[in-house]
Amino acid sequence: MYAAPFSYFRAASLQEAVKLLQELGEDARVIAGGQSLIPLMKMRMARPAALIDINFIPGLGDIHNSKGELRFGALVRHADLEHSAAGVTVPILHDCAAGIADVQVRNQGTIGGSLAEADPSGDWGTALLALDTSVVCLGPEGERTVPLEEFIKDAYTTALTHEEIVTEVRVKAPPKGSGGAHLAFKRSAPVYPTASASVQLTLADHNTCKDARIVLGCVGLTAIRAKEAEAGLRGKPLDEKNIRTAVDAARAAADPQSDMRGSADYKRVLVGALVKRAIGIAARRARGESVDAGHEYAGR
Amino acid sequence: MNMPDAKKILVRVRVNGVAREAEVEPRTLLVEFLREHLNLTGTHIGCDTTYCGACTVILNGRTVKSCTLFAPMADGGEITTVEGLAKEGKLHPVQEAFAECHGLQCGYCTPGLLLSTMQLLKKYPKPTEAQIRKGIAGNTCRCTGYQNVFKSIRMAAAEMEKR
Repeated sequence: MYAAPFSYFRAASLQEAVKLLQELGEDARVIAGGQSLIPLMKMRMARPAALIDINFIPGLGDIHNSKGELRFGALVRHADLEHSAAGVTVPILHDCAAGIADVQVRNQGTIGGSLAEADPSGDWGTALLALDTSVVCLGPEGERTVPLEEFIKDAYTTALTHEEIVTEVRVKAPPKGSGGAHLAFKRSAPVYPTASASVQLTLADHNTCKDARIVLGCVGLTAIRAKEAEAGLRGKPLDEKNIRTAVDAARAAADPQSDMRGSADYKRVLVGALVKRAIGIAARRARGESVDAGHEYAGR
Repeated sequence: MNMPDAKKILVRVRVNGVAREAEVEPRTLLVEFLREHLNLTGTHIGCDTTYCGACTVILNGRTVKSCTLFAPMADGGEITTVEGLAKEGKLHPVQEAFAECHGLQCGYCTPGLLLSTMQLLKKYPKPTEAQIRKGIAGNTCRCTGYQNVFKSIRMAAAEMEKR
């Protein structure tokens, strides 16, 4: 399949990419890994007149740890993060990175591109919402830092203006006694999940839940923070009754649509099960245990 | 809407150690660049939707689906295709293992599976079962049911360890 014709520009720096966006106007788009944009262009669901390739900008794929804050350049590939020290210190990041699609897609797809695409079924929008995450955007007026909650506005819609580009994703490292997990269920490796859940818990005395973030993916137009479910755990012991309350609240917060991946009812049940399992794994990790978790699919 | 300027651009790569170049439209996919412009037809187009992995090649040391990359994005890159595996008329141990263990029937998915196996064994010379399954999860075979593919990969790992 051929994409519609377009003209191709290679940006040597972020500033040049912004300048090109200004000059080329609204029919131009930035391309990073291209793992969402290229399929859309081949199906002619996207027909940009120009592409601005940022893959050749030096240093944009670096990961920095700066005073308790992890900084991921927009071009950090999922596979880079999968094999990074950041994934070891913050396991929820590893769960997410190591389970996105398959090896080939993870080698090419980027964290910045995934957030800028804002696909409701994307994994990063869900996992990163369970942490304190902000997105650095560069435009003609300079740089601004937008909290992830405000960055993703709707399905495929972000706070980026046409002339802005994502340059970095910043994640505050969770405190001591905190653990998280991102679980997703998909039918096979290369496809988007049917549902996903991200949970980050901070425990006191190994059992009282000091803080909780519970995020649902693929069951709404954006990732959903299940705030009532979080409230059901915050300040309380992590026992069976409180977990059940939280899971019920999470299920109620889901707003799934029926599609080829499953009916709305099925997805609601599935996301509840994923939240329950993620709470269990997050708690074990918060207590210092090493637990393998991530995407579940046939054959894994 | 601005009328797109589809002017051709020069793409230079090294494929299997040989410098190659061609002037192509920017929308040319890497797989088409390899097949149509460089006449390297070993890399297959399967689903053409980023699913099946028949088009897998190694670009700068990492497997990619060449149906999901515009050729200019690979400019300056180092590419290995299935044509680059055999040396001096002798099959690579990974190819030998697939032949030996019936890791293929129709052969359509094989070039992609061979390159995914190369990448897997480079990272994990003694892969676990889970690593094997996850390592080739982006490659779809509609004939073998995978058991013989797993067998081939295990044999290739054992053979390569001996050498």
